[in-house]
Amino acid sequence: MTVPQVTARGAAAARRRRRGLAGWQFVGPFMAVFALVFLAPIGYSIYLSLYRQRLIGGTSFVGLENYQRALTDPQFWSALGRVSLFLAVQVPIMLFLALLVALAVDSGRLHGMRFFRVGVFLPYAVPAVVATLMWGFLYGTQFGLVGSLNDALGLTLPSPLTPELILLSIGNIVTWEFVGYNMVIFYSALRVVPTSLYEAAAIDGAGQFRIIRAIKLPAIRGALVVATIFSVIGSFQLFNEPAILKDLAPNAITTYFTPNLYAYSLSFSGQQFNYAATVAVLMGLITMAIAYLVQLRGMRREP
Amino acid sequence: MRRTLTKIVTAATVAALALTGCASSDDPADTPNGPVSAADIQAALDAGGEIAVWAWEPTITEVVAGFQRKYPKVKVKLVNAGSGNDQYTALQNAIAAGSGVPDVAQVEYYALPQFALAKSVTDLRAYGAGGLGGTFTPGPWASVNTGGGVYGLPMDSGPMALFYNKEVFDKHDIEVPATWADFVAAARKLRQADPKAYLINDAGDAGFATSMIWQAGGRPFQVDGTSVKVDFTDAGTTQFANLWQQLITEKLVAPVAPWSDEWFQGLSNGTIASLVIGAWMPANLTSGASAAAGKWRVAPLPQWQAGGTASAENGGSSLAIPEKADNKALAYGFINYANAGDGVAIRLKGGAFPATTAELNSPEFLATEFSYFGGQKANEVFAESAKNVVSGWSYLPFQVYANSVFNDTVGQAYVSSTSLQDGLNAWREAAAKYGTEQGFTLR
Repeated sequence: MTVPQVTARGAAAARRRRRGLAGWQFVGPFMAVFALVFLAPIGYSIYLSLYRQRLIGGTSFVGLENYQRALTDPQFWSALGRVSLFLAVQVPIMLFLALLVALAVDSGRLHGMRFFRVGVFLPYAVPAVVATLMWGFLYGTQFGLVGSLNDALGLTLPSPLTPELILLSIGNIVTWEFVGYNMVIFYSALRVVPTSLYEAAAIDGAGQFRIIRAIKLPAIRGALVVATIFSVIGSFQLFNEPAILKDLAPNAITTYFTPNLYAYSLSFSGQQFNYAATVAVLMGLITMAIAYLVQLRGMRREP
Repeated sequence: MRRTLTKIVTAATVAALALTGCASSDDPADTPNGPVSAADIQAALDAGGEIAVWAWEPTITEVVAGFQRKYPKVKVKLVNAGSGNDQYTALQNAIAAGSGVPDVAQVEYYALPQFALAKSVTDLRAYGAGGLGGTFTPGPWASVNTGGGVYGLPMDSGPMALFYNKEVFDKHDIEVPATWADFVAAARKLRQADPKAYLINDAGDAGFATSMIWQAGGRPFQVDGTSVKVDFTDAGTTQFANLWQQLITEKLVAPVAPWSDEWFQGLSNGTIASLVIGAWMPANLTSGASAAAGKWRVAPLPQWQAGGTASAENGGSSLAIPEKADNKALAYGFINYANAGDGVAIRLKGGAFPATTAELNSPEFLATEFSYFGGQKANEVFAESAKNVVSGWSYLPFQVYANSVFNDTVGQAYVSSTSLQDGLNAWREAAAKYGTEQGFTLR
């Protein structure tokens, strides 16, 4: 009597086990790749950040000492401050321009609209490295465009590569690169607004600005949040532009100009892999936190 | 010319090999890894095998070809793992990982102490390099003699000279400066005569500044094992800082970073009228500022004391053998061929500047006329400079890092009200902080 009961219970457990296993078989390949290419590097960075390797004395476990050091490192904070300022100034300008262009293109009142759309998007297709090299040349006061303008018009334009103006110059490059990209995000969101809404608005006698405020902007709120999050992450990860301009403006762009550049310099010039990993982990956390805040705020406004 | 050179080199090599053969068998105490005789190396070369060489110097390709013709059983895998810092990063990573380590690596003189200190590269005395002292010129030889061993063989050298655009100098009636005071005066004169032109460019360059301090007799870096002293207040350093400060304050230096497009343009069109740089520069001028061919000349380095002859090295590389290399005997055979053997002649032909005394003194080398310099026998100037390199200089065992933060500190003097001396002091702070963190004792 008891025996079959046991078997039945055993069979049920086995079935459950099988079912469990079947699930794992499906997600297994994904989990393996996910663990290998997403979790392992993060785990390894955290592991690295707990050690310290020195030229003399070798490697030793130091616990959270690297984090303690980063939190009191003026260079790390100045880098973070710089990208925060960049975020606060460049991102709104860029998104506003992108929105303006998207609305203009969407209005259908532009001549040569296709050309305009492609023209604005084109800079995004130019690799960041090439774009920066090109702008670096334009910025030259001796033999670059700024220099030529000074010569031709008798101006004394300041060098865009001085410590005072370099962040602005980088902001200009990044804006040039990414207005088109954000424009496409906004434009595609605008394209899915049903035309019946516009017809209804027209019947109600709404003007273009009223339509923009009451229909178009609410319709692309989701896209705005997404674009903002991308821009936040992009700002905190600022690296290509300063790293390349550094050759042209070695004194204006320090080795700790942005957190990424700082981590790079620490690791590749200073052999401080452990501390570089610490900076990377901290920046990851800070970026996540800010992106999450933006998302929370964006979602709260969602009707 | 080439045949004669080859003969001389071969003779020198045979002599060197004979010498080193004796040295390594006579003095086993000097050879920590057990002596490897010239015969052992020859046997390895004859037996053949494969070695990996990491180098970015352009003429090395021809050297590899020549080496493989001479030793057909040896296969050389030449890899360009980036230049300078990029390559050191790759090398350090490979050494840390313990795999993929090359058998031979190009290491610049300023970076060699860092690798030597960590014992990442082999002390070549075990292979007979201890006896090569006379083969190489004093500057480069001193550079590879670091931490009590010989950690590389000098590949090239950069005794400094003044390169100047004669056309611009003549046009504005400027004399070639013999002293640094004359140099400042010339810079003022040129700037007054032509507001678009500068005598020289400088946007803050660690290699240049350290070479200038070297020539002035400053010894800011003193290294004794793991005890390090950084001090930018000695007489030589202050002399340099005070003089160069005048040029910066009066805006007499073009704020153009070296190796940029603007730099080459300025060198081509005469708006940068001179260069204070190593003897490896001519090939770069020929290719990068070809429009100015025939206009440039070479003169000895301006002096701190009138009538002096002091000079310094600027740049230059050695070939070293990583401690974890698989095939060290073969690797030594290669670097000996490249830097003290037939390879030297091949590299000279490609436009490199030698680090070997035989070449520097050979009449053919000295008589070479450079069409870029209007037929001037520029090597005479360079060879004289090589002989007069001030001795006693050393780099930090973490110079790679120190140089990377040069513009964070000293560079600020070029773009703000910070003085050069304050910048140097800030550099000292940064270097000392790093040194302490890395376990050095800072004196």
